[in-house]
Amino acid sequence: MNLQDNFREVVPALKPKEAVDEANRCLFCYDAPCVKACPTGIDIPSFIKKITTDNLLGSALTILDANPMGASCARVCPTSELCEGACVLNGPAASQAIQIGLLQRHATDWAIQNTPPNTALFQPDSPNGKKVAVVGAGPAGLAAARELARKGCSVTVYEAKPRAGGLNTYGIVSFRLPHDVVAWEVEQIEALGVRFQFETRVGEDITAEQLLDAYDAVILAAGMGNVPPLGIPGEELSGVLDAVQFIEDTKANLYTHDFRGKKVTVIGAGNTAIDAATCSTRLGADNVKILYRRTSAEMTAYEFEYDFAKQDGVEFRWLVAPTQMAGDNGKVTGIQLQRMELGEPDERGRRRPQAVPDSEFTLECDFVIKAIGQTRHTGLIDAFELEHERGIPTVESGTYRTSRANVFAVGDFIFKAGKTDAMVVTAVQQGKCAAAAVFQQLIVGTTQS
Amino acid sequence: MADLRITFAGIESPNPFWLASAPPTNSGYQVQRAFEAGWGGAVWKTLGEPVLNVSSRYAAIHRGSQRVLGFNNIELISDRPLEDNLREIAETKKRFPRNPLIVSLMVQPKQEAWHEIVKRVEAVGVDGLELNFGCPHGMAERGMGSASGQQPDLVRQQTEWVKEVAQTPVIVKLTPNITDIRFTARAARQGGADAVSMINTINSLMGVDLDTWLPYPHVDGKGAHGGYCGPAVKPIALNMVAECARDRQIGLPISGMGGISTWQDAVEFLLMGAGSLQVCTAAMHHGFRVVEDMKDGLSRYLDQKGIASVSELVGKSVGTYSDWGDLNLNYKVVARINPDTCINCNKCYISCEDTSHQCIDRVPNPDTGRELLVVREDDCVGCNLCSIVCPVENTIQMVQVPTGKPAYSWNQLQAEVK
Repeated sequence: MNLQDNFREVVPALKPKEAVDEANRCLFCYDAPCVKACPTGIDIPSFIKKITTDNLLGSALTILDANPMGASCARVCPTSELCEGACVLNGPAASQAIQIGLLQRHATDWAIQNTPPNTALFQPDSPNGKKVAVVGAGPAGLAAARELARKGCSVTVYEAKPRAGGLNTYGIVSFRLPHDVVAWEVEQIEALGVRFQFETRVGEDITAEQLLDAYDAVILAAGMGNVPPLGIPGEELSGVLDAVQFIEDTKANLYTHDFRGKKVTVIGAGNTAIDAATCSTRLGADNVKILYRRTSAEMTAYEFEYDFAKQDGVEFRWLVAPTQMAGDNGKVTGIQLQRMELGEPDERGRRRPQAVPDSEFTLECDFVIKAIGQTRHTGLIDAFELEHERGIPTVESGTYRTSRANVFAVGDFIFKAGKTDAMVVTAVQQGKCAAAAVFQQLIVGTTQS
Repeated sequence: MADLRITFAGIESPNPFWLASAPPTNSGYQVQRAFEAGWGGAVWKTLGEPVLNVSSRYAAIHRGSQRVLGFNNIELISDRPLEDNLREIAETKKRFPRNPLIVSLMVQPKQEAWHEIVKRVEAVGVDGLELNFGCPHGMAERGMGSASGQQPDLVRQQTEWVKEVAQTPVIVKLTPNITDIRFTARAARQGGADAVSMINTINSLMGVDLDTWLPYPHVDGKGAHGGYCGPAVKPIALNMVAECARDRQIGLPISGMGGISTWQDAVEFLLMGAGSLQVCTAAMHHGFRVVEDMKDGLSRYLDQKGIASVSELVGKSVGTYSDWGDLNLNYKVVARINPDTCINCNKCYISCEDTSHQCIDRVPNPDTGRELLVVREDDCVGCNLCSIVCPVENTIQMVQVPTGKPAYSWNQLQAEVK
């Protein structure tokens, strides 16, 4: 079994005729609901119309103008909850929604395949002399950097990892988002003149004050950290993995652990848990179980991700919580679980799980993957002395301005728990908004006064 | 099942669907295949002095995912020896005696030329003749086809020459490349024609290649106008059929053609006065088998309407086709949008707002969170545009509203002024 083959993109691209036929189905709505449902406001009817006239560059530019991660979003957006969910063709009087995500992929793939290397598709304005630092090269930071570079700002992105892309590079499974797509989007941003300082941690390798002294504005887009500890005995055993790190390894083709024929349990039922589970099946695991202390009704994974996992043969165990890991010779061999039941709703409206007394039982397993959320980069908050609420910086609505002058914060770094997981497309839009606010403050505001 | 048989200008046919004189009727092999597939009759590809044809002959218009909305050709009349054609006509007639075989003819506008070809063709046993005064390309440059068909005198004169010797019904095929087709139809009547057929193809340049900048189609770097046909020309053809059908000076049976692709198209031509129907592009697009649903659909339509014979349909709508000056100025329709089936694509709104009479409002609906599209009926002129662009059938209905005024036309107004 060639493991790399298992990580190739799952969803096939539209064939050229398929794309044109699908594009021709689009009604070209006026004031279209799909546009309103897109966090980045891509002019969807326009880019689809351009596919029908064989104007694929124009189509791709329409997408990328509004969303520099348009090729990634074409693959990872929960389109059924966004543009496609809003399509007027969903109704009983109509037929079925236009496959907007796949059409977006068709157009942006054309741009990826037909743009000469290191050639920016957009021309930046003349330099305006303003310097902006962006902390974090994920979707939010890259979007902010792209927008400011287009407006003539000198932008430097500080990134702790060796490559740009953030979650798109390190966190989203390859079979959803191949690495070359992300690399092209990053290349486009570099081609606009954005500079990157890799393997540089702000607060460690460079101080907040140094950034504030050297730049006219700082945009913080550091994302989130790894998975927090469960806080149960046995967590230190070998074979107990962090889902974020585990997925990152598969993205780098580092199949550190031999999963072939093994039993894997994943703790948590968000999209990261699904990713960890489906990566496990692709690594050859014999049996993969997702364990969740609530039920399918409360899980944060998207419906299509849930379906995808089930098709991959992943089992789901609801209403169980881990109490300790069992091990042998320092290696995990099982997980002790306690049955739960749902009680009163919590502050987010989800029914709170409660332990059922004397209901413990043990599942044998060779690996346990923890996917119960991600830690916050509180160090960065402290370094910039930002006001925050439980590790989430407080920002002004619409501008993403923090409590500190000239410091903005966007993306997962400021993500507040909601019904669903954080989305790439939302992070991109926040980056765009913060960039607009920075530009307004540095250029427009000063010239008007 | 309804009776699909027709008798057109004395020619009996098992159904009204005839293959038009065109590439599909170029040979005995093809016409016999067509009769096997169920076509009622066929008009043999035009005979005359054999010609030379060019390579690269057809072009088409596609829109969206719909192919061949319009079609054109620069092919000339039969390029096969007359003897071969006549032999195959005789063979075909022998194999399919009940399917009318009409032969299209085109020669120089000379009496002896017409006399000779009519005699030779009728000698092999055909059911009728169709005089090709319509082809707009190639032959017209030599004074034939539409070049004769654009001059009423030549139409009348040549029809007379044919009628001097013809034993079978003579159908005069007219060109649409003329200001008013009724003038040539009347000339055919004056010349003694038994029927007219219309429309032949329309002068057209199908396109220009965006890379080579050559016309489409081209022959070794040069193009020439060709004859346009197919679904896109149907409204032009239907108008000409209807105009001729309601013209008392013509008063001839009409074989209708031009874009007929479905049984629905067929019903429309029959209602507007066509007594037989000719088809070409639909067969060229899909093969002879397209006739099956044309017959089946027409038959079921007649059954559903309780009509015993297709001939009862012919001309039933002609009386509703009139001059603009006779239209009732006091009649008013307005658009009504059904909110239950409206999908909020806003196409009606933007088409009305930008290009019509700005009478559709987008009204917030707090109950559903979806806007309601509402027509301000006082401002609506009843143009139909919104109902045309609406993608959901029957969601926008044009509804008559009483004006309380008697029917009153422009012609009546003019009469009173005088």
